[in-house]
Amino acid sequence: MTDTETPLQPRRTGLSVRQRRRLSRGAQYVLFVAVVGFVAASADWGRLQNQFAQPGIAGQMFPQVITVALKNTVLFTLSGFVVGLGLGMIVALMRLSSVGPYRWLAGIYIEIFRGLPALLIFIFVGVGMPLAFPGIQYPGGIYGKVALALGLVSAAYMAETIRAGIQAVPHGQTEAARSLGFSPARAMISIVVPQAFRIILPPLTNELVLLFKDSSLVLFLGVTLQERELSKFGNDLASTTANSTPILVAGLFYLLITVPLGFVVRRMETTPSKEAVR
Amino acid sequence: MTRPEIRVEGLHKSFGDNHVLRGIDLEIGQGEVVCVIGPSGSGKSTLLRCVNLLEQPSGGKVFVGGTEVTDPDVDIDAVRRRIGMVFQQFNLFPHLTATENLTLPQRRVLRRDKGAAARVAAENLARVGLTEKADAYPAALSGGQQQRVAIARSLAMGPEVMLFDEPTSALDPELVGDVLAVMRGLAEDGMTMMVVTHEMTFAREVADRVVFMDGGVVVEDGTPDQVIGNPRNARTRHFLSRLLDPAMAEVAEDGKTGL
Repeated sequence: MTDTETPLQPRRTGLSVRQRRRLSRGAQYVLFVAVVGFVAASADWGRLQNQFAQPGIAGQMFPQVITVALKNTVLFTLSGFVVGLGLGMIVALMRLSSVGPYRWLAGIYIEIFRGLPALLIFIFVGVGMPLAFPGIQYPGGIYGKVALALGLVSAAYMAETIRAGIQAVPHGQTEAARSLGFSPARAMISIVVPQAFRIILPPLTNELVLLFKDSSLVLFLGVTLQERELSKFGNDLASTTANSTPILVAGLFYLLITVPLGFVVRRMETTPSKEAVR
Repeated sequence: MTRPEIRVEGLHKSFGDNHVLRGIDLEIGQGEVVCVIGPSGSGKSTLLRCVNLLEQPSGGKVFVGGTEVTDPDVDIDAVRRRIGMVFQQFNLFPHLTATENLTLPQRRVLRRDKGAAARVAAENLARVGLTEKADAYPAALSGGQQQRVAIARSLAMGPEVMLFDEPTSALDPELVGDVLAVMRGLAEDGMTMMVVTHEMTFAREVADRVVFMDGGVVVEDGTPDQVIGNPRNARTRHFLSRLLDPAMAEVAEDGKTGL
């Protein structure tokens, strides 16, 4: 029973709590500097620059990287987002429906499309559907295909987000609307959904970032030169020049969009809108 | 008393095994102000919410202005347009300004045009003394101001009956007076009002009748002087003594406060 007498004293080392904390932090800095130093020393910088940062090759990419590749990436993303939002809204309302079969159908949809890889959906839309239904024509060609594929995937996630947003609106709001004479549908559209969207704006923006990256999967559908987006464009140029600089540049263009969007999301999450302050 | 504006016949309401209302009969005449009082859990809020069918009664009938609210084929949205409801938690629409809270229901439900809705909104905000807060969002208003906007929102729909569900219970004490003053003004203008409240002074001074409920039944029903001033029933006396002097309540033997 000796150890019960001095439970607050540092043991063995004889160091105080503060000294030990300082020692631990110092060790972490040393480790970090050692790893960085090792990587820097072992890399072949000349070769890396030759492979990834050749200004001449990067220069070749302009202006097409913006006028074709970035434009298409943005178009694919936005069209997929619009389809996904519309479809997701419908699925969310079905999930909240008082009609059982609607709820089950929505649940099955969500489970299926959340569980499958986006790539599989792309192949299904781009290859499977035309084989199963010969003569099928997507409106807008490749743009229609991508909008459908991205829409199908994102609708499952957005449906769950929208449902959560609708359920986060206090029930008193519906009661107030109903007692003013709103029909259930009108109360939902005029009162609940606008408030739900304020709540889910950050996760919806996150979904937009995910779609932005998933739009690169169009690579597997086969596109014409004018339909190429950032990844395909970078990949093609990397093959023809046998150099990785185009991949680096394409990556930078993704970050150019996703980093500011991520910043916007964090701003929205930390600064509540003025009417939400209580 | 002229023709009953609200008539409740044999009303029952259960939540699962919990039998909250056990046969309520009540009539409220046109222009009458009736305060419903009683201990928490006595079913008074449930009774109020059955009048505009926010709760579906388990049995019995409710009539408002001659229309049977409990008729399965009734156009409940049309009936509710004639019944204003004020909630304990205000339930203003937080994404709309005070004025928009008043205009949106008029435009969507009554199909009033923009100008008419704005005019009615301004009139009713003036009526509750909040003209200068017309463009404020609910979050920028005090609880008392929010509740007055909520009353104005109901009035803008031109109701024939107003229901109040503990309208001052969520307010800081110093803000209660403004809301009660608005309600007093409404009563003087001849509005038919059913008020669930703990404000005994308001009940005594403004109500035409006071209804005391306990255990899902109406225990006492009469003028404020009868029910509050000279209660005949022991349960009423017990409730009022606890309400008027909470410090005197005694802890019962089993550890629960006795009721």
